[in-house]
Amino acid sequence: MRVSTSSAVEREPSPTTAAEPTNVLIVGVGGQGVITVSKVLAQLCLQNKLKVKQSEIHGMAKRGGAVFSHVRFGREVYSPTIPLGQADILLALEWAEGLRWLPYLNPETGTFISDTQQIIPPFSCRNRKRGATSNYVFRSVEQVKQHVPNSYAVDATGMAEGLGNPRAANTVLLGMLSTALDFSVDDWQAIIAQSVPPKTVEVNRQAFLLGREWIQSDAHKEEREQVEVAKPPPAPVVDDVVIDLEITEAWCKGCDICVKMCPERCLALNSSEIVELANPDACTACRLCEWLCPDFAIAVHVHKKETAIA
Amino acid sequence: MNKGTGSIARIHEARTTTPRIDPEIKSLMGNEAIARGAWEAGVKVGAAYPGTPSTEIMESLGTYPAEDLDAQWSTNEKVSLDVAIGASLAGVRAMCAMKHVGLNVASDSLMSQSYIGVNGGLVLVVCDDPGMHSSQNEQDTRLFGQFAMVPVLEPSDAQEAKDFTKLAFELSEKFDTPVIVRSTTRLSHCRSPVVVGEREQIESRGFRDSPAKHVALPTNARVRHPIVLERERKLKEYLNTSDLVRWEPGSDELGVITLSTCYTYVREVIPEASVLKLGVSYPLAEDVIRRFCDSVERVIVVEELEPFIERELRAMGIEVEGKKYFPRVGELSPENLREGLHKAGIISELPKTTDLGIEPVARPPVLCAGCSHAGTYMVLRTAGARVMGDIGCYTLGAIEPLKAMDACVSMGASIGMAVGMAKAGATDKPVVATIGDSTFLHAGIPALIDAVYNNVNITVLLLDNQTVAMTGGQDHAGTGRTLRGDETHRVDFEKVIRAIGVKWVKTVDSYDIGSLYQTYREATQYDGVAVVISNRPCALDPVKIKGTPFYVRSEGCTACQACMNLACPAISWSDELFDGHHKVKINQTTCIGCSMCAQVCPTDCIQLSETGTA
Ligand SMILES: Cc1ncc(C[n+]2csc(CCOP(=O)(O)OP(=O)(O)O)c2C)c(N)n1
Ligand code: SF4
Ligand code: SF4
Repeated sequence: MRVSTSSAVEREPSPTTAAEPTNVLIVGVGGQGVITVSKVLAQLCLQNKLKVKQSEIHGMAKRGGAVFSHVRFGREVYSPTIPLGQADILLALEWAEGLRWLPYLNPETGTFISDTQQIIPPFSCRNRKRGATSNYVFRSVEQVKQHVPNSYAVDATGMAEGLGNPRAANTVLLGMLSTALDFSVDDWQAIIAQSVPPKTVEVNRQAFLLGREWIQSDAHKEEREQVEVAKPPPAPVVDDVVIDLEITEAWCKGCDICVKMCPERCLALNSSEIVELANPDACTACRLCEWLCPDFAIAVHVHKKETAIA
Repeated sequence: MNKGTGSIARIHEARTTTPRIDPEIKSLMGNEAIARGAWEAGVKVGAAYPGTPSTEIMESLGTYPAEDLDAQWSTNEKVSLDVAIGASLAGVRAMCAMKHVGLNVASDSLMSQSYIGVNGGLVLVVCDDPGMHSSQNEQDTRLFGQFAMVPVLEPSDAQEAKDFTKLAFELSEKFDTPVIVRSTTRLSHCRSPVVVGEREQIESRGFRDSPAKHVALPTNARVRHPIVLERERKLKEYLNTSDLVRWEPGSDELGVITLSTCYTYVREVIPEASVLKLGVSYPLAEDVIRRFCDSVERVIVVEELEPFIERELRAMGIEVEGKKYFPRVGELSPENLREGLHKAGIISELPKTTDLGIEPVARPPVLCAGCSHAGTYMVLRTAGARVMGDIGCYTLGAIEPLKAMDACVSMGASIGMAVGMAKAGATDKPVVATIGDSTFLHAGIPALIDAVYNNVNITVLLLDNQTVAMTGGQDHAGTGRTLRGDETHRVDFEKVIRAIGVKWVKTVDSYDIGSLYQTYREATQYDGVAVVISNRPCALDPVKIKGTPFYVRSEGCTACQACMNLACPAISWSDELFDGHHKVKINQTTCIGCSMCAQVCPTDCIQLSETGTA
């Protein structure tokens, strides 16, 4: 602050402003349990008699959208949200969501713990053109480590499956998170036991310890370094083509089967009830209309484009 | 506390010390804290219509003993306010809760109730949604408070949410006025520790016979208006000495006037400034504000959305800065506060961040797997209709790949808009209104009467998924259950619609794509008002539906992706290709087995998992 000559700054810092809170950002996709995980942490803080704020946006959460929860705790907490670049820990339940929130991590001291699980939304598979690829964001573990040295990519679901219950994956992650915070293992375990179904208390107890050990113990050093994120499939190799729809008007009786069934909705009936290609750019040459037309009135031709370089 | 011994560097050791919290503390969400405050204040009647971010207030109030209070879902926000007004006039403390746009609906009653005043304390909790996390606009409720001349309390955290709500009832009775407690998404949905108290036992004041005060006739209102102005003056006087306005001394060079959650950002970002925290945004504590402004060299107003305080201070002749540096749209945050203060020359450096240059994956909200709205919109798009939409989960039918909604404005507007379209002669496509069950009850019925009365040619699709899905699956008059889960009369939609005078009504199964087409055709061919009730419970609420999943027999898939037009999130690309296109696969965990994709698949390769090999 530029007004640093003022008395306020020279004053002894008041206890409410001196101690900065610890910031944990927990992120994932609707349905993964982000809120449950952050409630465990918030409850733990409360039991340890700390001030804690847990802030989430959950309006659209259950509809597969991105979900995030800010947990801040310490002697005094003001803002319910973690300021950009000040998260001490970013715990991601899904890989691309982890990447989305990386700017919130403290660039010098922040720790990134992320599940390697990839949840590819249908929205990433929207491009219907031949040879199109999904636009799910991909970065390898190494690429992330270059920017964030304190990075841990983990296959928590795989680890939980190893224990016989893939649903304990979030508890594995809590075990990892626990290594970065000053709460006792007993406190963690007690709160986790309260928040999981009674039949799964034991497997969750093991999952927590497994996650914790995986980060702490040298026995897991090699494993830690071997974790990879699944690469996206390579782009399909296709020729550059020109699509040409041949409509034999005399054979079309305007039944509109093709109009209804065209996945790209690029066909329409014209004023004389004959089919026409209303939106040629949208046609992907899937050939559905050709196969469905009862009167063989449509044929789809795909020509290789002449790309000779002169 | 056991010190962590992990290999991850332990963070900021000094931070987590000094116990400061004593036992009668609960971790409450802002909305739960508001409900707690109302309960402690001895509230007797609570009514609300759901709306994010306010919904949990009445849900939470409904968890307190039925002997203590009555909590109900109302048909819409105006009804909820009218219920609270009736209870207040009967002599007990009453509360209604709504989201910001709900106050538009309730405002007709509020504007006049302001003149009438109260008997038992009357509190409206209104939750704004800056940033529009789940709303159609980001209007600022403080302007409404000023418009209606009703005080607006502005808590900044869950503790204050509880305390201010309690106080609001006292102020309401003391000053004979309805009181608004204003929350925002950040407060309503933030959980923090709250010191709780016990319930006050408040006796009913009994109905007081006073027609000159209670009956809003012109002759009476003319007498009441000056009383309201006098009330505003008295409130200002009260605020000048009230704890609701808190002066936190600091730098004498910079003073910040702020309120609500903005206060927490200010304390976070510039702890050294002098701060005047206003607990009330209307009316303003003028004397204290003037003294505060005189005590510092430079005054900055930090508020979310409209420059409400800033304008008022300018009108008072006080020189302040504000929106020059901070956005008038969206949420305030520590980041944009810091940026603004940087622009203002108060903060010299902005913190560094990690930038990986990643364009984040687009993950917009989508309809659930097996949502009963999906098939209906797919049919509307393919059949080519001019669709006036409405508000609910089904508004997602406006985006690709369903993309079958041409306009959507406010709750219940669809039918009236369709009437207008038809009257305007828009006949290139059949004019259709789509409206959810709860929205139909909220504000759709008067519009349907209008359509029949004015004899237009439209088709109304009533999307009856038997719940208020968008806000989390609340009950309503059409579900046959009350807020506390007790059985009650269930509105029969078909009977209501026939009683209104609609001659053509048909109910179809929302999962039956063929019938949907057929019925839609017949309805649009009918000359007059036709109503199709498309009926299937929401896949998520009140019961999460999970049937045998379907799978894709990959050999038969020609990668036409026609099934993907249903927007079902369980369907995505597989790694296999056919003629340069991706074949599809179905996620076995998320598929609920609704069968709609199987009905759409032209090669019949989507099949029930049990019979297949998945
Ligand atoms: C005036 C107003 N009140 C409340 C809301 C919040 N809100 C948005 S959608 C919705 C419910 C819609 O329910 P329904 O019509 O049954 O559709 P569904 O979500 O079940 O598909 C509500 C209450 C709003 N947007 N505007
Ligand atoms: S909550 Fe119900 S109505 Fe809303 S998208 Fe999901 S299934 Fe559809
Ligand atoms: S049956 Fe098809 S449309 Fe229905 S939920 Fe499963 S994948 Fe989605």
